[in-house]
Amino acid sequence: MTDDYIKQKYDPILPRKDEWPVVKLAKSRKDFIQSVATISKEKIISMTGNNLDLLKEELETTLYREKLRVKQNPWLVDPDDEDEFWSGVKSALVQASSESHSSEEEKKANYHKILDSITTRYSEEIASNFKHSHYKATRKMVTFGFSRLLNAARVKGFGSIFSKQYTLQDKIQIIGETEQLRNLAAKGTIVMVPTHFSNLDSILIGWTISTLGMPPFLYGAGLNLFNIQIFAYFMDALGAYKVDRRKKNLLYLETLKTYSSEAIQFGCHSLFFPGGTRSRSGKIENKLKLGLLSTAVEAQRANYEKGFNDISGKVFIVPVSINYHFTLEAPSLIREYLSLTGQERYYKETDEFSTSYKISKFLIKFFTKGSDISVSIGQAMDILGNYVDKDGSSIDKDGRIIDCRDYFMSNGKVSVDPQREEVYSQLLGERIVEEFHKINRVFSSHLVAFTAFEMIKKQNSKMDLFSLLRLPEEDLVISYSDFRSNCQRVLNRLMEIRSKGLVHVAPHLKQDIDAIIAHGLANVGMYHAKRPLIRTDDDLITTQDMSLLYYYHNRLDGYDLEKLFK
Amino acid sequence: MTSKNSSNNNEKPVGVIGIGSFGTAIANILAEKNNVIVYARKQEVVDEINHHHSAEGRDLNPGITATTDPEHLCETCEVMFPVVSSSGFRDVMRKFAPYLHPYHILIHGTKGLVLNLPEGKNLDNVSKIHRENIWTMSEVIQNETVVVRVGCLAGPNLAKELAMGQPAATVVASRFNEVILEGQRLLRSDRFQVYGNQDIIGVELSGVLKNTIAIASGALAGLGLGENAKGLLISRGMVEMIHLGNALGGQTQSFVGLAGIGDLVTTCSSTFSRNYTVGYRLAKGETLDAINASMDEVAEGINTVRLLQTFLEGTGMRAPITENLYKVLFEGFKVEDALYYLMKYPFNVDIDFL
Repeated sequence: MTDDYIKQKYDPILPRKDEWPVVKLAKSRKDFIQSVATISKEKIISMTGNNLDLLKEELETTLYREKLRVKQNPWLVDPDDEDEFWSGVKSALVQASSESHSSEEEKKANYHKILDSITTRYSEEIASNFKHSHYKATRKMVTFGFSRLLNAARVKGFGSIFSKQYTLQDKIQIIGETEQLRNLAAKGTIVMVPTHFSNLDSILIGWTISTLGMPPFLYGAGLNLFNIQIFAYFMDALGAYKVDRRKKNLLYLETLKTYSSEAIQFGCHSLFFPGGTRSRSGKIENKLKLGLLSTAVEAQRANYEKGFNDISGKVFIVPVSINYHFTLEAPSLIREYLSLTGQERYYKETDEFSTSYKISKFLIKFFTKGSDISVSIGQAMDILGNYVDKDGSSIDKDGRIIDCRDYFMSNGKVSVDPQREEVYSQLLGERIVEEFHKINRVFSSHLVAFTAFEMIKKQNSKMDLFSLLRLPEEDLVISYSDFRSNCQRVLNRLMEIRSKGLVHVAPHLKQDIDAIIAHGLANVGMYHAKRPLIRTDDDLITTQDMSLLYYYHNRLDGYDLEKLFK
Repeated sequence: MTSKNSSNNNEKPVGVIGIGSFGTAIANILAEKNNVIVYARKQEVVDEINHHHSAEGRDLNPGITATTDPEHLCETCEVMFPVVSSSGFRDVMRKFAPYLHPYHILIHGTKGLVLNLPEGKNLDNVSKIHRENIWTMSEVIQNETVVVRVGCLAGPNLAKELAMGQPAATVVASRFNEVILEGQRLLRSDRFQVYGNQDIIGVELSGVLKNTIAIASGALAGLGLGENAKGLLISRGMVEMIHLGNALGGQTQSFVGLAGIGDLVTTCSSTFSRNYTVGYRLAKGETLDAINASMDEVAEGINTVRLLQTFLEGTGMRAPITENLYKVLFEGFKVEDALYYLMKYPFNVDIDFL
C-alpha cells in the first residue's frame, strides 16, 4: 500500500442498479424477512435442544426484559404498538402453559407459534429499507453540498461557491487496495470492517463506497441513530439495517445474526463496525465484537454447503481504517470511557450528534476548515484472515493457494460445528486487529498528542492514570525543545515500524520536524473549545484538557511506543 | 456421530510424525484401534518398522507401516500426531507445510518451547526476549502451516510405562471441541483414559514447565535428601509453574489438572524421566556436557531453563527455582549452594493464586 492517496474517478462496477444486490434484496424484502424469521426460529429451537422447558424459559426471559425496556427506556423510533405486542405475547404464554390437557405436540406447536411471532417482528424491525431514489438523492446531496462548502472556504473571490477546484477527494483521501476491492466486489461478496471513531464514519464510508464505484453495502447501524431524523434519512438511503443495542435477549441476537448471515449469502456486500460502538478511548479497536463477525464465517460455510465453491460464493473480509485529526465527540467519548465501571450501560443519546442543527453546524465547520481525513482500504482476506490474490484465491504464508473450503471439512465433507466457527471468528477478530494497526495511517496530530502525553506521564511517573488526568495546569507544561526532540524520537521509531510494513504515515509526516509539529498542533482536536495541545508565547507546550490529550494520544496505542519513554 | 468410545470405522489411517520413545508409545496405543502410518526421517528406521515391526529396538504393533515421504502421509491421513523433539519441531513442520491443508488436524505430543527470533539473533546475542519470541508447539504449527485445528497431548505419560501397557491417562487440549473428541475417539481404551481441556496454552506450558522442576527433583534425590524435601520442592515448584504459566498466557486451572500437578508429581518421582536423571547426575557431581553426551534423547528441561532465564531477565519477574537451576546448569553453581539459597529465599505466603 502506498502512502499517496488516490484521486481519480471510478466507473461503477455494476452500472445497472437492477444488478445491485441491495436492490434485489429490497425487491424480495418480504420473502427475505419471512425466511430470516423462519431460520432464526429454527436456530433457536435447535439451540434449546428442542427442549420445551428451555424454550419456555427463553421466551419468558425475553418477555420480561422487553417489558422492562418498554417501560424504562422508550425511544422515539420505537413502534407505537410495542406495549400491545408484548402484552399479547404475555397472554399467549400464560395460555400455553395453562393448557394442561393438551398433548406434548400441541404444546410445542403453541410455543413455536409464539417464538415465530417474535422472530418475525424482530426481522421486520431489523430489515433495511433501501430505496434507490433516496440513495441517489443522498449521494448527490452529499457530494454536491460538501464540495460547495469546500470550495467556498478555500477558493477566494466571487463565484467561489460554484468553483470545482476542490472535490471531496481532496479532503477525504482514499488510499490502499481500492482496485482489488472493486475487482472482488464484482465477483464475490465483501464484508467491510472499518475502525469506528465517530458517528460521521457511517456517512463517510457510504460516500467512499459510492466514490469507488461500488454498489451500496448493507450495514448495521445503531437504532439510536434513527432517532435523529436527518440520520434516519441517510441511513435508510444507504441501506442500513437496524441494530438495537438495548435488546440483549437471545431471540433478538439470533435474529440479528441470521439477518446478517442470510444477507451475505444473498450476495449483499456488508459492512460491520467490528468494535461494536465507537471507540470510547480513542484507541484502535483491540477487542472485537464477534457476534456479527461470526455471521461472515457462518455465511461462508453455508455457501460451501450449498455447493458455491467458486469465487461467487466466497466471502472477503476487507479491513478499513479511518483517520481523523479530531473526533467531534471526543470529549464525551473519553469522559464516558473514564467513568465506565466496566458494565455495559444503555447508550446515552446526549452527545454532540443529538440534533440535526448541531450536525449541520459541525459539517460546515468541518468542511470549511483545513483538516484532512483519510480512509485506508486494507488488503482483502478470507474468513480466516489469509490474504487473497486478485482472483480471490486464499494464499498461505508461502504463497501457496489453499482452498478455504477445507477449513470446514471433516471426514471429507463440509460439516457444521458451531464451536469451531466460534473459534474461527475469534481468530478472524485477532487478524482484523492486526490489520487495523498495519493500515492505520499516522497523522501529525497523533504524533504530537502521543509525545506530549507520554512526556507528562514520565514527569509524573509515580501517578496512576486518574491522578495524572487530574493534575493541576501548572504541572502540565513541557519545554518546546524537549518536546521537539521527543517527537523526533517517536517519529523515527514510527518510520522503523513503517519500514516493516506495520503502520502507515500520512505524506505530511515527511516534512521537517518543526513543520510536522506545527501541523500537528494546528490540527489536533481543532474543533474543541478546550484544545488538547497548544504552544504558548513563552515557547512551552501545554494542554487545556488532559483527558482529551489522553484520547488523541491513544490512537498510537498498540505499537509499543511507550517504551521510548521508560 | 459415532459415540466417543466406539472404535474407528477405519476410514482413514492416522499419522504419527517422529518415532522416539513417546512417538512409539503413542503409535502403539493408536494402532489398537486404527491403521497407523509413521513418518520417520531415516530410511533405515522406516525399513526397520516395515520389516521388523520395531523402531530402534522398541517393539511396534505389526499393523503400523512407515514412510519417509511427508506428502504421502499428508495425502493419506487427516489426523496426525507430531511427536518430535522441540529442537527439531519447527524444521519438521516446515517440511510438512507444503502438503498440509486446512482440513488437517494435528495433535502434538512435544513438551518444549521454541525460540522465535529475527534472522541472525539467538539467545547469545539478545538481552531480552518477550512472550512473542517464545512459541509453544501449537504456536509453531499455527505459524508455520495452514493448520488451525491443533491440539496437544499432555499428562503423566512416561513412555516406558505406556510401553509396558500400564494404566495411564492423558489430556487432549485444544480450542476446538472436535479436536478433543477426535483425540479421545482415537486414543481412549480400557487402559488409557483421555481427558479434554480447552486451554491449550496452559496445558502445553504445564508440560514444559514441569520439566524444569523435575531436574530440581532429581538433584534433591542425588543429594540423598528425603521425602519432606521433595514435598517442599513439588509444592513450591507448582507455585512457580503457575506464576510463570500465567505470565505466558495459561490459566491457573490447567496447572492444577492432570497435565499440571499430575504430570509434575509423576516426573518428579520417576527415575525413568530424562529430566530427573539430569538433575540426579548433576548432584552426583557430573558436568552437564558429560551428561548430555551420554543421553540418547535430549532432556527438554535444560533448553527450557535457558530460555526462561532470558525471559525472566527481560520482564523483571522472579522465579527462584528456575533461576537457581540456570546457575547450576550453566554457571557452575553447586547444587548444594542453590539449595541453600532456596532455603533462605523469603517466601512469605504459601499460595496466593486460588
